[in-house]
Amino acid sequence: MEVIGDDYRVWYESSNTSIYCQGSLRLAGTEEYAPIVRFLEDIIAQDPKKIFLNLYELEFLNSSGINVLSKFVIKVRQKESISITVQGSENIPWQGKSLKNLQRLMPALKLEWVS
Amino acid sequence: MAQVFGEFTEDFSDRSEFLVVGFSPSSLPIQLRWKTNGLSADFLGDYVKNFFPGDTSAALNRQTEIRSAVSFIANELLENAMKYSNKDAGQPVNLEVHLFSDRLIFISKNSLYSDAIADFQAYLQEVISGDVSEMYINQVEKSVENDAAESAGLGYLTMMMDYDASLGWKFDSVPNNQDIQVVTTMVQLPL
Repeated sequence: MEVIGDDYRVWYESSNTSIYCQGSLRLAGTEEYAPIVRFLEDIIAQDPKKIFLNLYELEFLNSSGINVLSKFVIKVRQKESISITVQGSENIPWQGKSLKNLQRLMPALKLEWVS
Repeated sequence: MAQVFGEFTEDFSDRSEFLVVGFSPSSLPIQLRWKTNGLSADFLGDYVKNFFPGDTSAALNRQTEIRSAVSFIANELLENAMKYSNKDAGQPVNLEVHLFSDRLIFISKNSLYSDAIADFQAYLQEVISGDVSEMYINQVEKSVENDAAESAGLGYLTMMMDYDASLGWKFDSVPNNQDIQVVTTMVQLPL
């Protein structure tokens, strides 16, 4: 399962239940993000025990993308059966600034950092 | 009569180093213009980064931080300007970045549809008087219940909450045509 655009790639590996986001996500609003939203909802529907959201190579995310990830985290929280770990990179400044907000939406969310 | 919301300074010195990017009004569909937002924002990030020299690891980190912050803020301002400008007004979209020793000032300018202004101003009133991190939570939770809800304003909240930026807006009409409304958005990023 994957969604690919000019500057980004988002894919899922069911072997380790990891979602990988790579590149720059700066799509224009709800409509353009719809394929990614559906992709993320499909993963929740599969009801894995644990989800890893790997953002190590996500260099850029616009506010519409922040909205998409925030909503995804809330939907995982609402499902109640899935735990989630968000994996961020200390070398990508926006992640250090903004990923902590996801934890405020879901206090049980784990944040892991690589340098 | 101009109306001002938030922190908006008119009297900053013209001695600042600055750069302006402008986009003439165009009939190109927004999808085709969208890519220029990211390209311009990244360019501005690289450009501003250059004013913070040094090759120690602290200096390099600072350059990466500044490049990333400029790119994020410039991209949000351009996205908003492109999305909400009045396509019939024939007005350009401008984005300026001014450099000072203690902060960067971003100024974007675009036209607006008159009938969208009241809702926009009501939202800004909330942004400048409310708790932005509470607003972020409430807005995202609400948009989960209502999938159609746009994420408008989340960029402003992110700049304030995550980048410590202060924001201001000035609403005015263009000098020779009272019917065309423009908004100037000012973002001040402390360094």
